[in-house]
Amino acid sequence: MPALPLDEAGKYVAGAYVVFFTLIVLYMAIIGAKIARIDGELSELNELAEKGERQPEPDGEPVA
Amino acid sequence: MYSKGLKPLSIATVVLMGASLALVFFYAPNDADQGFVQKIFYVHVPLAIVALGGFVAGGIFAIQNLRTGDRSWDARSYVAIHMSIIFGVVVLITGSIWARAAWGHWWVWDEPVLVSFLVVFLLYCVYYPLRFSIEDPDRQARYSSVFAIAAGAFVPINFAAVRMAEAFTHPRVLSQTGGSMPGDMRMTFFVCIAAVALLFITMWKLELTAKNASMQLKRLRRRLEAEAA
Repeated sequence: MPALPLDEAGKYVAGAYVVFFTLIVLYMAIIGAKIARIDGELSELNELAEKGERQPEPDGEPVA
Repeated sequence: MYSKGLKPLSIATVVLMGASLALVFFYAPNDADQGFVQKIFYVHVPLAIVALGGFVAGGIFAIQNLRTGDRSWDARSYVAIHMSIIFGVVVLITGSIWARAAWGHWWVWDEPVLVSFLVVFLLYCVYYPLRFSIEDPDRQARYSSVFAIAAGAFVPINFAAVRMAEAFTHPRVLSQTGGSMPGDMRMTFFVCIAAVALLFITMWKLELTAKNASMQLKRLRRRLEAEAA
């Protein structure tokens, strides 16, 4: 087949590169969401750990 | 654990990706036969090579998992295969776009390179149901490793078989004589391969880091909840 004219070929080239960069952007969005979830869980665990530290030690039996 | 060197790697990836794009659009000449549409080659072929390399790397990590029994190798193998499948989707889409522009068809069934890549891609699609149908983590890692090794060995065999096939409608890029590309095109092509390979490694490390952080959080939550109870 003869080479496509630039205006026709441009569509295909742009399409291929858009697909490639969409992959990267999508991946970054997914990883970003994962990191946000991990950050949320970390804050939750931090609160849980702080609550555990604040709880007073139960009184032991008096030593005779 | 996996995040070591991630920052310089990410910077190098962005720099090399930018350089490769500049080379593709401002340095490499248009192909005498296909014209401007041949620029797709610089994204399609490196992605295909890196995806196939990722499948082989997945097999090598799986061997390490079976040898050592260390499940972190299974995680490396799983993420390498996962990334290669994502790259494989883009290879198939960009390949179809190129085929439509160059040959007038979205897909050509009598072209061994296209069909063999599809076969490899579909083979690896089986990996997910196999892996996630097994609940016991040790068995899951073992069975997935066996699959990754067998399928990883199939990739170079498949590549060699296609090379020995007679029909060569699909252009050969890498040959013993260095292919038929002029020097500036070849240089651009190798920079593109390096950029895509770095992108793969960066994404692989990012995914492993996220998975590892998530697993450690789960462990920590279990411990804290047990202590609180």
